[in-house]
Amino acid sequence: MVDDRHIEILINEVYDYYGYDFSGYSMASFKRRVDRIYNLDGYTDFSHFLSRLRTEPHYFKHVVEEITVNVTEMFRDPQFYSVLRKEVLPTLATKPFIRIWHAGCSTGEEVFSMAIMLKEANLLHKSLMYATDINPLVLESAKKAMFPLRMMKQYSENYRNSGGTQDFSQYYIANYGYAKFDDEFTDKMVFSQHNLVSDRSFNEFDLILCRNVLIYFDKNLQERVLELFDGSLSNLGYLVLGTKETIKFSSVQHKFQQLGREKIWRKIK
Amino acid sequence: MEKNKVTPAFKALLIGGSAGSLEVMLSILPALKPLPDYAVVIVLHRKNSEDNTLEELFTVRSAIPVNEVDDKTQLMPGYMYIAPAGYHLLFEANGELSLDASEKIHYSRPSIDVAFESAAEVFGNRLTAVLLSGANADGAQGLVAVKEKGGTVVVQDPLTADMPMMPQSALNVITPDFLLKTREILPFVNNLN
Ligand SMILES: C[S@@+](CC[C@H](N)C(=O)[O-])C[C@H]1O[C@@H](n2cnc3c(N)ncnc32)[C@H](O)[C@@H]1O
Repeated sequence: MVDDRHIEILINEVYDYYGYDFSGYSMASFKRRVDRIYNLDGYTDFSHFLSRLRTEPHYFKHVVEEITVNVTEMFRDPQFYSVLRKEVLPTLATKPFIRIWHAGCSTGEEVFSMAIMLKEANLLHKSLMYATDINPLVLESAKKAMFPLRMMKQYSENYRNSGGTQDFSQYYIANYGYAKFDDEFTDKMVFSQHNLVSDRSFNEFDLILCRNVLIYFDKNLQERVLELFDGSLSNLGYLVLGTKETIKFSSVQHKFQQLGREKIWRKIK
Repeated sequence: MEKNKVTPAFKALLIGGSAGSLEVMLSILPALKPLPDYAVVIVLHRKNSEDNTLEELFTVRSAIPVNEVDDKTQLMPGYMYIAPAGYHLLFEANGELSLDASEKIHYSRPSIDVAFESAAEVFGNRLTAVLLSGANADGAQGLVAVKEKGGTVVVQDPLTADMPMMPQSALNVITPDFLLKTREILPFVNNLN
């Protein structure tokens, strides 16, 4: 069992050796994730685990991949997508060009869900989706536009619950257990590695989605990231968080107006 | 992380359950007496991750006021908190709640094991954990952690539970401090103060 002292040492060493700063992560989940990989990889002595981390960059990469939680779904929280479709996209439609940032996009399910909605709103041709994550492995996977075929039943159900009326299967081709999504979607996506802890704003966006990423950060780091988003949004742009995340603890909250009870905020200042 | 390390001054009462536990909860909620020293946290399995009806149901019925749970909500004694559907519930050393969307445990998110283990770390002997009816083995390992950290372990008597498997799984690995018949749960909670 990994204890608090171990975690502190680990955070310091990882920062010294690799420059990754996990000190602002939420302790309860970070510890649980470290404990999980420590046990999975069969360690019983923390110093062995640490020394392997120091000496094998490859192993460090593997640990980062395992510590970050990459669970995601297409059209996760259909109710949210329905509001996006009905209330947010119509206002974005008036723009000549639409820039969207998916921060912490994981394996891309959310990005493809967005692309499908943009297409149905006839906005895909003038949109660009920037999809970023700290974990290069999930980005590689997202770029392939291939998702397990066995998930499609649930995803098409989510899609319908979000107000989708098309035949969901027209958007992909089934092949060897995978659903390969159409190139017209990937053509409008840019994938790149971006660390919300240390990297800066790289563009101005009309819509930023960062769902179920802030839950892994403590309040101070959340605050810094929310300031980064604030500085990366165009006037009247939208910020979207996960269904249980909030900006109400943050100093940027007075610059935003919430859309009803949804976790969608519009930048008004 | 370390700078926030102050163990909460109040105590915590966690109640976990699955199939058959909602009925128990609904029957005791209206008769609860105020618990000014305890943050009360309810972790029940749900059928689907978009289900918010539990919060509404509890808010209407509970004699103890229910506070909405968002990520990093600060626990306060005297209030009740319901673990949201679709997330594991974790406890920070400074008394905040953190949510986590990682893999399901025992086919469940929230998992009772995860919540109990995490609360045990933070509250130690200031934690009382109650495990109710359910058709699943979630919660048993969590109670082991609660015990290890000096907390008080309470199990609904499987003979009186709608679904005996959950409390029975706990009894297989741990001897509770209190084994309570269904009708004994309300008086137990009301006597905590
Ligand atoms: C639970 S997934 C969320 C995926 C998707 N947004 C959703 O809601 O379904 C969290 C993602 O955040 C990423 N992440 C964690 N720390 C990060 C950081 N410092 N910078 C960028 N991304 C990070 C993880 O790699 C992971 O892919």
